[in-house]
Amino acid sequence: MCNLEKRGRVYILTLLGDGDHRFNPSTIDAISAALKEVQDSPDAGALVTTNQGRYFSNGLDLQWISQNPDAHLSTIRIKFENLLASFIRLRVPTIAAICGHAAAGGFIVALAHDYRFMRGDRSVLYMSELDIGMKLPRSLMAVIRSKLLPGTLRDVVLGARKFSAQMALEGGIVDSVYADSPQTLEAAVSEAQKLAGRGWKKEIYSELRLGAFPGVLEELDAHRDPYLFPVSSKL
Amino acid sequence: MCSLEKRDGVFILTLSGEGEHRLNPASIDSILSALAHVNENAHLVSALITTNDGKFFSNGLDLQWVSEFSSSRESRSQILGLKYAQLLVAVMELKLPSIAAVCGHASAGGFIFALAHDYRFMRRDRGFLYMSEVDVGISIPPSIMSIIRSKVGSRHLTEVLLGGRKYTAPMAFKAGIVDSVHENSGETLQAAMDASVKMGKRNWNKEAYLQLRFSLFPEVTEKLGLRLKGRSPLLSSL
Repeated sequence: MCNLEKRGRVYILTLLGDGDHRFNPSTIDAISAALKEVQDSPDAGALVTTNQGRYFSNGLDLQWISQNPDAHLSTIRIKFENLLASFIRLRVPTIAAICGHAAAGGFIVALAHDYRFMRGDRSVLYMSELDIGMKLPRSLMAVIRSKLLPGTLRDVVLGARKFSAQMALEGGIVDSVYADSPQTLEAAVSEAQKLAGRGWKKEIYSELRLGAFPGVLEELDAHRDPYLFPVSSKL
Repeated sequence: MCSLEKRDGVFILTLSGEGEHRLNPASIDSILSALAHVNENAHLVSALITTNDGKFFSNGLDLQWVSEFSSSRESRSQILGLKYAQLLVAVMELKLPSIAAVCGHASAGGFIFALAHDYRFMRRDRGFLYMSEVDVGISIPPSIMSIIRSKVGSRHLTEVLLGGRKYTAPMAFKAGIVDSVHENSGETLQAAMDASVKMGKRNWNKEAYLQLRFSLFPEVTEKLGLRLKGRSPLLSSL
């Protein structure tokens, strides 16, 4: 499902295979275990998350959910919130090297990283919820709102816009764009090595990230009734 | 004061008449009843476009109405403040996409009214967007401020609010305050129509759309008491 390798002080987490890397309890557990290894590693300096194949991730495993919607929906929401919280709690810089399509939950995982590098062709970022008539839980909305500019945020959530890499770059969703998957990964690893080389104290980096995006981790940890409005926002 | 028409599956609300299309209880009530009609018929159309005739989109609250009689200035000020909040609530509770096709000056309450819409298209050569409160010496209550802060990026908030800067359409586009700029009123409205028709083809569930808008702007939702069903306490109180 996923693979963790280390190059110098940079960990590279790869979502394996040609499928669309959907999140269900098994795949989430595998990724969480990898993140724990990074968190516990004393000399970890940065994390790059990337993918094989044509998809970064298309989000939650709707097929798994449909096997038993009542039980599975709340199970997966809590597990997914915990997964996002694990990325946000990591005490090292994180880069999503997006080498394929990222939709819904997959897009949100990418947003939960500090930086986003993206492949220029045949990759689209897309929040599909509006098109399929689904609501967005307040916890996931907190992640989305923390990372996007107002106009882009509106286009992503209320416009269900499909962003090519160039559009994503112009909208401030991704930081840089590269010609193909290998170049995207190499650039991300290279940047990760630079960031690791800054020798930042892990506790400080983590505190700064939490301070820059206040309220997001609290929303993810709280596992509240997802659609309870209104929300008092610290963001 | 305003007129509502339905054209090619799109509602068009036009702020009309002489002058600056200032907002007072009478003009707000006529807009509110138009917006209520739009919401009741949201399932039949793809979007609402709010636009204007003449030289002004709207220059905001009718301060002349407030100070018409010195004895009632304070109570009129309170009444107008509440009615204006109701207007913003009604726009934010629209069960369909909303586009402000700004074809003239929009300042203070008129600018905020445009900001309350999901999208802003603007005419290039006429009018500017101007948060005049700092120049006129009026403060903005937190509930209304939450709309401004939700729609104007933090980078430009200072110059909009504390600088009282006047934005031409190209400046507003660059600052991300408007989404597109067009050569004249006709083209601005046509672009809004085209965008509406395009959105209509996506066949969005209107309840989901409203829910997403609320979750996108949680501070506004909380401060203005926005509701999915039933009426916001603000709408019921006058």
